[in-house]
Amino acid sequence: MDAVLDYAFLAILFPIIGLLLNAFLGDRWRERGVAWVACLASGAALVVSLLVFAALLGRPPEARLVERTLYPWISAGALQVPFALRLDPLSVTMMLVVTGVGTIIHIYAVGYMHGDPRFQRFFVYMNLFLASMLVLVMGNNYLVLFIGWELVGLCSYLLIGFWFEDLSKAAAARKAFVVNRIGDFGFLLGLFLLFVTFGTLEFGPIFEMAEQSATVVLAGLTLPMRDVVTIITLLLFVGAVGKSAQIPLYVWLPDAMAGPTPVSALIHAATMVTAGVYMVTRSAVLYEMAPLSSGLVAWVGALTALLAATIAVGQFDIKRVLAYSTISQLGFMMAAVGLGGYTAGMFHLVTHAFFKALLFLAAGSVIHGLQHGMHASAASQGAEAFPASASPLPPPDPHDPQDMRNMGGLRERQPLTFWTYTIGALALAGLPPLAGFFSKDEILADALERNPAIWLVLTVAAFFTAFYMGRQLWLIFFGRPRTEAAAHAEESGPVMTIPLILLALGSVVAGLINFPGPHPFADFIRHHAAPFNPTVALTSTVLALIALGLAYRIYRDRLRATTDPDPLLQTARGLFVGAYNAWYVDRSYHRVFVQGFYALAAFLARPVEAGVIDGTVNGVARLVRRTAGQLRRLQTGYVRQYALAVMVGVVAIVAWFLLSA
Amino acid sequence: MMVPIPYYIILSAILFTLGAVGFLVRRNAILIFMSVELMLNAANLAFIAFARYFNRLEGQVLVFFVLTVAAAEVAIGLALIVVIFRTKHSIDVDQVSTLSG
Amino acid sequence: MGFPLLSLVTFLPLVGVLIILFLRREQEAAIRWVAFLTSALTFLVSLLLVVNFDRTEAGFQFVERAAWIPAWGIDYFVGLDGISLWLVLLTTLISAIAILSSFTAITERVKAYYLLMLLLQVAMVGVFVALDLFLFYVFWEFTLVPMFLLIGIWGGPRRVYAAVKFFLYTLVGSILMLLAILYLGLQTGSFALPDLMAQSGRWVGTAAELWLFLAFAVAFAIKVPLWPFHSWLPDAHVEAPTAGSVILAGILLKMGTYGFLRFNLPLFPQASRTMAPIVAGLAVVGILYGAVVSFAQDDVKKLVAFSSVSHLGFVMLGLFALNGIGIQGAVLQMVNHGLSTGALFLIVGILYERRHTRDMDRFGGLWALMPLYGTLTLIVVLSSLGLPGLNGFIGEFTILQGAFASEVLGWGYTALAAFGVVLAAIYLLTMFQRVFLGQSRDPANAELAHQPLRWHELAVLVPILVLIFWIGLHPNTFFGPMQRSVEAVVGFLGGSALAGW
Repeated sequence: MDAVLDYAFLAILFPIIGLLLNAFLGDRWRERGVAWVACLASGAALVVSLLVFAALLGRPPEARLVERTLYPWISAGALQVPFALRLDPLSVTMMLVVTGVGTIIHIYAVGYMHGDPRFQRFFVYMNLFLASMLVLVMGNNYLVLFIGWELVGLCSYLLIGFWFEDLSKAAAARKAFVVNRIGDFGFLLGLFLLFVTFGTLEFGPIFEMAEQSATVVLAGLTLPMRDVVTIITLLLFVGAVGKSAQIPLYVWLPDAMAGPTPVSALIHAATMVTAGVYMVTRSAVLYEMAPLSSGLVAWVGALTALLAATIAVGQFDIKRVLAYSTISQLGFMMAAVGLGGYTAGMFHLVTHAFFKALLFLAAGSVIHGLQHGMHASAASQGAEAFPASASPLPPPDPHDPQDMRNMGGLRERQPLTFWTYTIGALALAGLPPLAGFFSKDEILADALERNPAIWLVLTVAAFFTAFYMGRQLWLIFFGRPRTEAAAHAEESGPVMTIPLILLALGSVVAGLINFPGPHPFADFIRHHAAPFNPTVALTSTVLALIALGLAYRIYRDRLRATTDPDPLLQTARGLFVGAYNAWYVDRSYHRVFVQGFYALAAFLARPVEAGVIDGTVNGVARLVRRTAGQLRRLQTGYVRQYALAVMVGVVAIVAWFLLSA
Repeated sequence: MMVPIPYYIILSAILFTLGAVGFLVRRNAILIFMSVELMLNAANLAFIAFARYFNRLEGQVLVFFVLTVAAAEVAIGLALIVVIFRTKHSIDVDQVSTLSG
Repeated sequence: MGFPLLSLVTFLPLVGVLIILFLRREQEAAIRWVAFLTSALTFLVSLLLVVNFDRTEAGFQFVERAAWIPAWGIDYFVGLDGISLWLVLLTTLISAIAILSSFTAITERVKAYYLLMLLLQVAMVGVFVALDLFLFYVFWEFTLVPMFLLIGIWGGPRRVYAAVKFFLYTLVGSILMLLAILYLGLQTGSFALPDLMAQSGRWVGTAAELWLFLAFAVAFAIKVPLWPFHSWLPDAHVEAPTAGSVILAGILLKMGTYGFLRFNLPLFPQASRTMAPIVAGLAVVGILYGAVVSFAQDDVKKLVAFSSVSHLGFVMLGLFALNGIGIQGAVLQMVNHGLSTGALFLIVGILYERRHTRDMDRFGGLWALMPLYGTLTLIVVLSSLGLPGLNGFIGEFTILQGAFASEVLGWGYTALAAFGVVLAAIYLLTMFQRVFLGQSRDPANAELAHQPLRWHELAVLVPILVLIFWIGLHPNTFFGPMQRSVEAVVGFLGGSALAGW
């Protein structure tokens, strides 16, 4: 069985083969061929991951760490970085999540992207993403992790801007890449400091050295190891803040929803955005040495969880609600790992991958259905004039298939989507016995044990979570259809609904992997798990039920037409408008940073470059020319004047010789 | 009977001065040329006089060089003057001032 | 002395020059092919250098030495080490590519054009192999003439201004270098680099060392160009024909950084240490300044030109980290920049040939019209902005790591320079977005859909793309041979500089 571990690199290689085949040969095949290649590549990676998992399970718990060097990658002087893989429970967990959810989403995407002119390109990107994400989670050193880290960012860029004819989508893609790069800037500095401190970038030796030596010599100074590690972990966390969309760098994720829905599910919910959580968990040894850093991680996570949950309440776009919800759930995970609850954080990462992917895919099914409905009812759309609305918010675009105000009553048109969506929503809200209940409660139990203030923040965030999911359920599926499109919506085909059912099953049973009591997952990844706390579980369940009930009371039958204002607008107008505008954060960033950068660039390019720098050069040239202009008057062009000058010169020289002699 | 050396030198100086003045005051390119020749020959005269006085041959040899160069100069110079005359219809050197800065 | 392989690589293009001289002006196709084949043959011969290179050797290999002007101690003296090896190869490759890329772009005075290209190639290779300072200076100045004519004759509307600015600006710097070279030669009686290194005790530690360092540094800094001596570069790039820009960015700029590494560091080690914070400071300013100004451009070519200022700043930072990691990264980054920026200019040229404009506001949505072209551009853009897995990342990471570990520089240098990586993403992706994404902003672009890439346009890009991936995935092919030579340079900088290893 152990032989499998030598071939773990195949998990990365299969998607690469898939993408190369599709990139170079895909245009000769029909959609079907491309789809088979891509899905088989992804499935093969899943099989490899399962085999690696089995092989690791077959070993005694303390021997579940295998490293395999593929080749020495960079050797420049003292900088030696191998391209090497690390197989241990943590990386295998991530591999399973990535390939498992990834394969299901690949299959779903075959249906979702059907008929798109760039079908082939889409699957090339998807396979590239799988390979990159696997590099990220399987690397045995920080630099290999960083390759995957940036490459998934690239895939995110390519897929957000997949429909690049729409400039707003292209701009969203660029925003995602740039904001991530800002995070990566911190991450890079962290890497430099790591290397200078430890002389290597490999996880094993770094963790060993960090634990064993109390001091480190840097630039001639002897510093306590603890302080240096604190700086390192803070810098690494900057990277995690970017990638995992935490305060203050979360603004890219809502815009990232411009990508096709399978992308939102795979990259911007289930896998890539959790890379930050993975990285902190991977560096657990370092973060445990640095209470300042881990405290910061916990607080940033908790505040992000709360902030994003409040914003989600004020959104109308079905995918934006889920996007803010993702940010909020990532905050939960960050808070957990910041508090040292690595098991809880990773556990939530796994369950969240299932139910959030499910929610996105189901949302995709809703959007798809509504688009069908719009085509079917195209005749009746159009000249309809909307009465002026009392709302301070802009009315919905009647052609927007993602605006929840254009939906309603889809329960009957799309029963399968409805049921799976509901399972996902309840799992997210944290109702027992669904997966989200177990993982979220483990986070809350951990939090109560270690930092009650954070527990309080997270509990409030959980209350909002249940509320916005309730609001969404009612707006989409209940009541009467508010548009013709909604009335004519159609259920999606089996290639899309079967993945939904699979993920729904996962969302139900995934909680079992760390069932309170035996805590099998905690044993596997060898981190501590908080014992089941009935008080916490009861509080959060009751709160979730209250929130769902509140959503039902507020939203039941209150929105009858698309232009009806949101009921919350009447009760809490200012707050709702604020939440709708995401508390104006994005807008302020735009004004300060983006426009500030534009102004700086214009200033440097015109007055400074053209005026000062090039001006000096040209000024010198002008000076020379002006002097020459004066001197050239001596050249009259009259031969006889030259001759006279020669004559005078000769006489002068002769006279000088005679006189001096 | 030997003519004393100062006579030659005085004659040479007179010829050279005539040439130099002619060069400076004349505008006709041909006359300027003749002035140049005058100066060259003044120099030649001085060379020969000194060569004879010191009983050495170098001065006389050098005169041959000067004569050859002067001949070549005249050949090229006259060709130039012809060309200039064709384009400018004048051989007034003050008209040829395209090199003015 | 065995077979004079190095001289063969240097002067082989002259065979092409000779053949072309005997061709008639109208035989344009023959002229093109002779030029390209000679240049390609030179590249193939230069591959023999890699094959026969002994990577365990730190000193110069393939050495040839013959008296040239014995009265002054000036020799014809050439040789190769692990540093110049890659630059020679880069030169032969980029020259062949530049010639091939001109096949359809140059239609006037074809004969003169290809003669000048081949002469330029001789001079550039000569710069990288010369070990005699006087010989180096001759080659160095000789590169100016063909480039001046290439810009001045086949350039854009302001070509004369740009060509004269290029010529005079770089010449001013070189004159100081000539003085320094003469001083060194008169002091020691030899112009050979190894002799000078052996006798460097004469001036190291004196005030003369600092002045000599500065005299060389001004010449090289203008060539690099180091901020704020860069303002000739955007003009020259914008006006030069595509192949001229490719050679300018790909090779001529490297002569400056190579000069710092070959002469300033080993000959004036103490002055290098003293001046390192200042030079590295200018490099960091250049990284950030070039990136921000690049963002403000509307002309794609100007954008790429300013990005060169930024990228070359990284190279300078790596060199003046004065440790092995930084210098190895810098040498690799010289190659990277030659490939990536060269490819960007080729790409801009392909577009300019079709649309006769470079204003980004007049493009948009080109990826949909030219999918293959768009994808190739994206890969080059990603390489240029330092995406891991491609070549740019390896160079930038190694440089920054070297600067961070450097004894002579503080961490602030690295922190600021690393922010250049963020800025690179901003201006390059903005460029990509303005040209390739969204909707077309000019109906004339529709024509592009019927003008797919031609064979020679692909043929020039493919080798570059292969190298972009190769360096990104297996940089040790390139780090390996330079290791010992860089160690030797670091050795000259004094034992304590080894602490960064």
